[in-house]
Amino acid sequence: MSTAHPPQDRAGTPDAGDGHPDGAAPTRSRVTFRVNGEPADLTVDHRATLLDVLREDLGLTGAKKGCDHGQCGACTVLVDGRRANSCLLLAVAQDGAEVITIEGLAAGDELHPLQQAFLDRDAFQCGYCTSGQLCSAVGMFAEAAAGHPSHVTDPARPAGRGPVELTPAEIRERLSGNLCRCGAYPHIVAAVEDVTR
Amino acid sequence: MKPYGYVRARSVEEATAAHAAHPGARYLAGGTNLVDLMKHGVETPGTLVDVSRLPLDTVEEPPGGGLRVGATVRNSDLAAHPLVRERYPVLSQALLAGASGQLRNIATTGGNLLQRTRCPYFQDTGTPCNKRAPGTGCAAREGVHRDHAVLGHSPHCVATHPSDMAVALAALDATVELRGPDGERTVPVTEFHRLPGDHPERDTVVRPGELITAVVLPPGTAGLPSAYRKARDRASYAFALASVAAVLDVAGDGTVRHVALAFGGLAHRPWRARLAETALLGAAPTEDALAHAVEAELGLAQPLRDNAFKVPLARNLAHRVLSELAADRP
Ligand SMILES: Cc1cc2nc3c(=O)[nH]c(=O)nc-3n(C[C@H](O)[C@H](O)[C@H](O)COP(=O)(O)OP(=O)(O)OC[C@H]3O[C@@H](n4cnc5c(N)ncnc54)[C@H](O)[C@@H]3O)c2cc1C
Ligand code: SF4
Ligand code: FES
Ligand code: FES
Repeated sequence: MSTAHPPQDRAGTPDAGDGHPDGAAPTRSRVTFRVNGEPADLTVDHRATLLDVLREDLGLTGAKKGCDHGQCGACTVLVDGRRANSCLLLAVAQDGAEVITIEGLAAGDELHPLQQAFLDRDAFQCGYCTSGQLCSAVGMFAEAAAGHPSHVTDPARPAGRGPVELTPAEIRERLSGNLCRCGAYPHIVAAVEDVTR
Repeated sequence: MKPYGYVRARSVEEATAAHAAHPGARYLAGGTNLVDLMKHGVETPGTLVDVSRLPLDTVEEPPGGGLRVGATVRNSDLAAHPLVRERYPVLSQALLAGASGQLRNIATTGGNLLQRTRCPYFQDTGTPCNKRAPGTGCAAREGVHRDHAVLGHSPHCVATHPSDMAVALAALDATVELRGPDGERTVPVTEFHRLPGDHPERDTVVRPGELITAVVLPPGTAGLPSAYRKARDRASYAFALASVAAVLDVAGDGTVRHVALAFGGLAHRPWRARLAETALLGAAPTEDALAHAVEAELGLAQPLRDNAFKVPLARNLAHRVLSELAADRP
């Protein structure tokens, strides 16, 4: 089942100093989460998305704003190990979350195997979609390993019993939430396949 | 976007109380539809009551059978749940046919049912739309309406309900559990969404402040052969032009013992094809019988100027799915 999020006592604590002058409800709150292993403790406007906070407050500009409406996948990051569109997540709602962005995929100077495969396979042109493709594929590996089916998985296959094999058809379907305007899809699928082999 | 308050609810009681206490409150689950509409200026909440961490994130087997799916279970987890996959395949297939891997990781059962139409005029505050701004007119009726309804629409609104999951739930005879200021109640999914009529601003029968706590899958449809098929403009990550959820159980004597057929993408709510079901129940599911039954239902269709193609599309999808289910039996 889905990871239960323990209720956070500190969660959504309104920042008293930032309320409306007329005494209406505060419109900013303090949140604490971790990004690429580092704690982030900040006061956010309730309207701010996780994408905006990553890019503008934390200087992590790897996650890209393509459409800002969940339609392109350029903003994909991992939240508590699961891939998600950061443009539709409100930052205030992420208190206590563990966020991994493209900046956190490599181990120091050593690229994540998928990053290396993207280089080897020339899996991008302009690169705008790339960080989203990479984070999405890393999330997908975990889903397939956990036996999660996709739209193209044989319906007769029991879920959760052993990993689902990532054939090119599975990869294309599972990565359909990441658009590439340059059309680098064939090389992206090849790079992902390299890592699964 | 105008500033708003934020409250994280820790219990169902806290959620409904916070909703009642804050004018203009909206429940926030995954936010994949609500936040999107807030960015468009269509939703302007005074306060968001965050229900995403309520302890409603489990799938349970009630003593009498069936499954009880908590409102905050994520779409991806529900689709991958072994018991859903095994006993209610149509539901898993419908969920996996919707949105993308990363959206399904965020989207919840409750939020999916309550997502709003994808009519482009509804999302554009610069155009007339009776659903968004009652009394302003319907821009789609004479405008761009290729994706719109062919069944059950009204002069006031021709929008469709976009959920894939809800179509499967309608075919499975699932029910929705609600908790509101006046207590609890249960509504069948088939009566949960409304037809537009004179009040297209009301998508569903949910009353102000009511919280969805669970969706219940009945024991009666557990384990019956079922399937979902969806036609869309690209192979993945697109809303349905038309879709079909079907449950078909053929008895040992070769006659239909149970049948449920629901269409998505054709109406303001998942469309249970009662005429087709009546025609098939107790009959042998021959190719002719299937064709006639589907034809009877789609005879009700009243396509708009630019969406007549949906009628044969839906007919072929329904015929194909039913005929595969009929052929598949042991
Ligand atoms: C690009 C894109 C493509 C998509 N494609 C598809 C598709 O192909 N098929 C499909 O079916 N869907 C599709 N979706 C829609 C998606 O499935 C919905 O946005 C999602 O299911 C909504 O769930 P949520 O938890 O994020 O809801 P939210 O956005 O949090 O809420 C939606 C509504 O429900 C209310 N609400 C939420 N939970 C409760 C509750 N427990 N009780 C009472 N009210 C509640 C909220 O107040 C809000 O009004 C797509 C979305 C996007 C952005
Ligand atoms: S079809 Fe419905 S949602 Fe679309 S413009 Fe007309 S009234 Fe609005
Ligand atoms: S920027 Fe988030 S999906 Fe496009
Ligand atoms: S490489 Fe340019 S959008 Fe994908």
